[in-house]
Amino acid sequence: MPLLEISHLKKSYATPEGGVHVVVDVPEFKLDPQVQVALSGESGSGKTTFLNLIAGILAPDTGSIKLNGLELGGLHESSRDRVRATTIGYIFQTFNLLQGYTALENVLLGMSFGPGADREFAKSLLQRVGLDGKLNHLPRQLSTGQQQRVAVARALANRPKLVLADEPTGNLDHTNAGESLKLIREACRENGAALLLVSHDREVLGQFELVQELGKLNRAARECAPRPNSK
Amino acid sequence: MTLPLIVAKSLRQHLLSTVVTAASIALAGGLLMAVWVVKTQSNDAFTKQNAGFDAVLGARSAKLQLVLNAIFHLEASPGNLPWTDYEDIAKSAAVALALPIAVGDNYHGYRLVGTTTNLFAVEHAPGRKYRVAEGEPFAAGYMEAVLGSFAARQLKLKVGDKFQPYHGLNFDPNQQHEEQYVVTGILEPSNTPADRVIWIPLEGVQHMKGHDAKAATEISAVLVKLKNPIAGRGLELMYNKQGNRLTFAWPIAQVVAELFGKIAWFDKVLELVAWLVAAVATGSVLASIYNSMNERRRDIAILRALGARAHTIFLAVVLECAAIAVLGMVAAFAVYLGITGVAAGIIRAETGVVLNAFAWHPILAWAPAAMIGLSALAGVIPAVKAYRTNVAENLVPVS
Repeated sequence: MPLLEISHLKKSYATPEGGVHVVVDVPEFKLDPQVQVALSGESGSGKTTFLNLIAGILAPDTGSIKLNGLELGGLHESSRDRVRATTIGYIFQTFNLLQGYTALENVLLGMSFGPGADREFAKSLLQRVGLDGKLNHLPRQLSTGQQQRVAVARALANRPKLVLADEPTGNLDHTNAGESLKLIREACRENGAALLLVSHDREVLGQFELVQELGKLNRAARECAPRPNSK
Repeated sequence: MTLPLIVAKSLRQHLLSTVVTAASIALAGGLLMAVWVVKTQSNDAFTKQNAGFDAVLGARSAKLQLVLNAIFHLEASPGNLPWTDYEDIAKSAAVALALPIAVGDNYHGYRLVGTTTNLFAVEHAPGRKYRVAEGEPFAAGYMEAVLGSFAARQLKLKVGDKFQPYHGLNFDPNQQHEEQYVVTGILEPSNTPADRVIWIPLEGVQHMKGHDAKAATEISAVLVKLKNPIAGRGLELMYNKQGNRLTFAWPIAQVVAELFGKIAWFDKVLELVAWLVAAVATGSVLASIYNSMNERRRDIAILRALGARAHTIFLAVVLECAAIAVLGMVAAFAVYLGITGVAAGIIRAETGVVLNAFAWHPILAWAPAAMIGLSALAGVIPAVKAYRTNVAENLVPVS
């Protein structure tokens, strides 16, 4: 059974001129457990909206999103919050760390709304991403690459089944971007989480076996398939 | 654990506004509690204060003026009465003890009150007489003085010291008498107006040089201790209804209560002002949190993205407002003690009546509860704004 099953998903916004702008129109999309998929799309193509719909942060206009067998569309906002807290990890382009919280507290918060705070697990995650000496550092006391690692640890803190990553390397230099991507993929694999990553960076996309174009998803339903040029 | 952590972090992140807002709560809460306690305790202290007497007999006047002059040693004497009036009431079967007093002089603003050594036989509180703690009582007919504890401390006079009184109830350096008095004793504190009086033999005031010769056979008032409190009814009838020369002020508590009744409107104004200050302070909590909501939106969106439910965020904001009020009210007790201490000092210096800032009063529980409750209530408005924060819009950038 797919971990994520989307059908006839539509999300639109009202424009200032009084019209309607359709941002996401995905007839079908499926993702199996523990699979890692990259979604490509240029800026403004609705990648973030698509991820926010999957995360339950946004409610779709129409369509169905089934996550782990649960239909998100029919859930009340608080129930969607619960699903997000227990099933989904989210990595943002700008990391979105809470500035007043230490690295450890940021990771603890990632689990406290779901399975509950587990200090030892939080520490082990930070150790896994190479920050065992920075547990009590505030985000501003960390380098950009280190902040990204805290974000990765936080995304995995609630033992999610699905990790959503929105341009996770967009704010990193070339070296850090490569290392970070490798870390995200390895950490997801080790924790048994599927990964749905969106990016417009060809170098990032090139490292994935499964790549989908958001533009194509909007026109035709298709399951994730091997990239034509993959070996 | 999560909610307290979120609240504590937010308080710390907005430290300056937390401190300023908590300080306004502290001032308002302290003022509110102080107004209530000072008002209630003053009322109780004055109406229960009779310095050990049930009634005052004096020249025809308002009962309140008589009581203020003879018991509280405030106000001017309404006039004198002949010594024979003292002898008459002292012989009354209803009277247990009659103490004549004569006033008219001071020493640096502290009144000299002439009386007999019967003063030392009066119980100002059950089982507690006016006792000389240092030295010995004055002897009748001698230029000797026993000082109330507060007066002795303020005037820095001790046993053996000598002083020359001044004429009149108010201090005028040009009105010094020739007589020189020696301090023979200091009273132990009685927490009554007697603490701020310089007690001398009755003859001292009556025969002080410069006084009217008539004063030698007159007194200012008679303080009366009744055998039975109800016995005052007969004396009141005799002096106030049947006679028209003297006034019998009885019972003292009722006379003072009438004064407080007359100034009750002032209490109400004070209460209203205190409540308004409290309302403004809780309003400042609302304004402070509400104005910071814009800078909090991103944090709220992140928390929501991590799975925090909207009502968790709502609760966090309400709790933050309540927490500011808790911090403020803790500090409010220091403000309360400060204000009450100053007020008690002034009241004691002016009247000899003692207030106890540490005494329990229900307002000490009600005010913190009300301030914390009102602040939490004020927090509902920014909390609704937090509740409605658009998560997607605030998780910038959007790709």
